[in-house]
Amino acid sequence: MAQASESKMVVPVALDAARRRRRWARHMIRDKKALIGLIVLSALILGGLFAPLVAPYDPNIMDFDMIAAPSWSHPLGTDDLGRDLLSRLIHGAQVSLFVGISTVAIALVAGVGLGIAAGYFGGWIDTIIMRYIDLQWAFPNFIIAVYLVAVFGTGLSNVIVAISLAFVDDFARIARGMVLSIREEQYIAAARTLGASDFRIMWRHILPNTMAPLIVQATFSVSYAILAEAGLSFLGLGVQASTPTWGLILAESRSFISRAWWLGVYPGLFIMVTVLSINFLGDALRDLLDVKEVQDHP
Amino acid sequence: MGKFLLRRTFGAIVVMWAVATLVFFMLRAVPGDPMLAMVFDTGDPAAAEEMRRDFGLDQPVYIQYVKYFVQVTRGNLGTSIYGSRVPVSRIVAEAFPRTMSLALLSFVLALIIAVPAGLISALKKHSAIDHGVTIVAFIGLSMPDFWLAILLIIAFAAQLHWLPAVGYVPLAQGLWPWFSHLILPTIAIGTPFAAIIARMIRSSMLEVLKADFMRVSRSKGLLEKRLLVVHAFPNALIPVVTVMGIALALLMAGTVVVENVFAIKGLGRVLIQGILNRDYPVVQGAILVVSAIFIFSNLLVDALYTVIDPRIRYD
Repeated sequence: MAQASESKMVVPVALDAARRRRRWARHMIRDKKALIGLIVLSALILGGLFAPLVAPYDPNIMDFDMIAAPSWSHPLGTDDLGRDLLSRLIHGAQVSLFVGISTVAIALVAGVGLGIAAGYFGGWIDTIIMRYIDLQWAFPNFIIAVYLVAVFGTGLSNVIVAISLAFVDDFARIARGMVLSIREEQYIAAARTLGASDFRIMWRHILPNTMAPLIVQATFSVSYAILAEAGLSFLGLGVQASTPTWGLILAESRSFISRAWWLGVYPGLFIMVTVLSINFLGDALRDLLDVKEVQDHP
Repeated sequence: MGKFLLRRTFGAIVVMWAVATLVFFMLRAVPGDPMLAMVFDTGDPAAAEEMRRDFGLDQPVYIQYVKYFVQVTRGNLGTSIYGSRVPVSRIVAEAFPRTMSLALLSFVLALIIAVPAGLISALKKHSAIDHGVTIVAFIGLSMPDFWLAILLIIAFAAQLHWLPAVGYVPLAQGLWPWFSHLILPTIAIGTPFAAIIARMIRSSMLEVLKADFMRVSRSKGLLEKRLLVVHAFPNALIPVVTVMGIALALLMAGTVVVENVFAIKGLGRVLIQGILNRDYPVVQGAILVVSAIFIFSNLLVDALYTVIDPRIRYD
């Protein structure tokens, strides 16, 4: 018995990591939803990255073949200006994924910074930060994003700022909660006794221990950020016209949906499949990392 | 409990004040002051000066702030600066019943779908029905509500001609005309909301079914049906009600978007049109009213929480 526990202790780190990777891979493959999500998402990212190579046409090139139903030459049909819908949607993946990932990256860094600072220092710093976070928490992220666009104005960069700020509260709350539970651990006291600075304690000892729920939250947040961008673009508050984004293509299609169903169906299908596959991944990660702090809705 | 509610109400008023203040200062702090830009767009310096005076923009900010607050507390939200100068409070008062009709109908629809779906899915855990509900709920969560709205218009308005595609008819003009215009938007808003609630009910019901008191009740020989109705379901409702505040907020967010698809001039459409027209008094007014609805519904949920769970004591 003693021998067994001893041998567990001397397992080399590299082997442990390899074993963990294998466990992850097994889990992902066994969980069919996660596998589907991973495949679809990889395809979308590759398609978006290599859009000019993958797309059959230039997304902005016009043709006399206007509002043409799906056919061999235009698999998803064409819009009112004769532009190929499939090509526009593939290019749209670029914008959607870029906005989704960049806004969550910004919100993650800002939110975690605020949350860790609030939880670690406590006192008036905590009060000021959390008063604001609680205020924002009372509203759904999408509404906050709309409010912020109302202030900043429309356009891609403003939309990115608005969505990033709108998602800060989710990360700040999780990070702060984790810090409060970790702060009193003995290894923090040990680090402090050894003379580690506040920054070092937060960076080296607290941050790594808050990772699991943050990863899960970030995954779900990417899907909500994509939905938020599509919603803002759809309402005319997002990127400039002529930029092919899923929300905007759908908004532009509205005048023609009575005679061209494909213009109303496919852009939304792209949004839904993307969001669904990210949510599948988030769900699998939540099971795998055993995270209970994160819910699967915004 | 009375004290608790009093404190929560006071808290809600403070939040309302914070929102109003943030909105006031943010709209004025933006570089290039949109309000001034709006005024100077007229091109006529004399007219611009007059408009500045009309809107009190020639006064120092703190005086504007005090005046704005006095007006808001009296229910005066200023006048629209886009097109005809309609009082914002009138625009908002016309929009309010439309948004509330939509929100309430969607809420009812969502509960009708979600409660049975969530319960069956929890009771028949890992059955085919449970997997079906889970997959449908996942799709409902991932489907943009504005897209669902468009699909419904394509199917039921453009192809089948069963229901009107856009617009709103006041209840005063008859129940059916009012209702028929709201059916499609209600489905569009209610479906994603139902997905969220169903998943909440499923997970909290599963927690309750595992609880000790359930085992005790079962070993006492209580009938399974009575066990579920009297013991499990009310306890499963507690966490559901807690998150209902968040869920109601999502419902309102859905309303804001879907109103724009169906051209229903509710608060969401007023807000979005205000932003697009750079009509700042309207934006400010719409934000205040939408925020008030959120804050009030959260307060309501808190009050409901104390009623539903007698174990909770507040002092």
